Amino acid sequence: MEAVQPNVGFVFGLFAAIIITSALLVVTLKNIFHCALALIVCLTGVAGIFVLLHAEFLAAVQVLIYVGAVSVLIIFSVMLTSNLASRRIVQTNQNALVAGFAALIFGAGALLLLKLHDIWPKAGSALPDDNVMTIGKLLMTDYMLPFEVVSVLMLAAMIGAIVLARGERS
Amino acid sequence: MVYYLALAALLFAIGLFGVMTRRNAIGILMSLELMFNAANINFVAFNQYLGGNGMAGQLFALFVVVVAAAEATVGLAIVLLIYRNWRGVDADNVSIMKW
Repeated sequence: MEAVQPNVGFVFGLFAAIIITSALLVVTLKNIFHCALALIVCLTGVAGIFVLLHAEFLAAVQVLIYVGAVSVLIIFSVMLTSNLASRRIVQTNQNALVAGFAALIFGAGALLLLKLHDIWPKAGSALPDDNVMTIGKLLMTDYMLPFEVVSVLMLAAMIGAIVLARGERS
Repeated sequence: MVYYLALAALLFAIGLFGVMTRRNAIGILMSLELMFNAANINFVAFNQYLGGNGMAGQLFALFVVVVAAAEATVGLAIVLLIYRNWRGVDADNVSIMKW
């Protein structure tokens, strides 16, 4: 799959740079509203990575659910708690140094493991061309039970969110 | 494939850093979303490179997206509740658990 597309390395590098840069912005920016905007950029980049990996349906789901719904939800929350978003106050707590060290060790360790155990295949397998149709069929046959369970979970989350956010007065 | 795994590892590390350092509860939730996305990249990459003709990895990633959306919904409702009760969303202040 990779060999027939000579530019896939360049496109991957572009998306990876976008993702890493905006993710760093998400965790370092002072203004929480700017963090939410950077998060949207990062999630869009992940959707691009999904397209590169021949998961077109998942890319569409990523754009619809994350970029469409979850980001709007986060921005709503930022605005509802907006006396914090407008002022430039300290957004990080005092263990930033230790946390940075731990995250650095985790990232470097994971990269080192990836480098040491070079067992990963270079070329991907051929997925069916009609990705969406295959996923739909699988959801209605083999993955019927997880599908139903996850929809019940979604319903429970919706009701829970409404009950939590409604407040005391009725 | 190793590049995808490296990207996911870096994204997860950044998310981890965010979860540990953010003071704002919404910031913690956003960093959590970064970690979910790192896991999803791994799922899809493994599905593409090691999954044969199966689509199990993509379906798992799909379920992860749905569960993450549910988590974000409830989490942000809780954040609003915290804001209403404490007049702020500083997660460090909300360390008392009453009843």
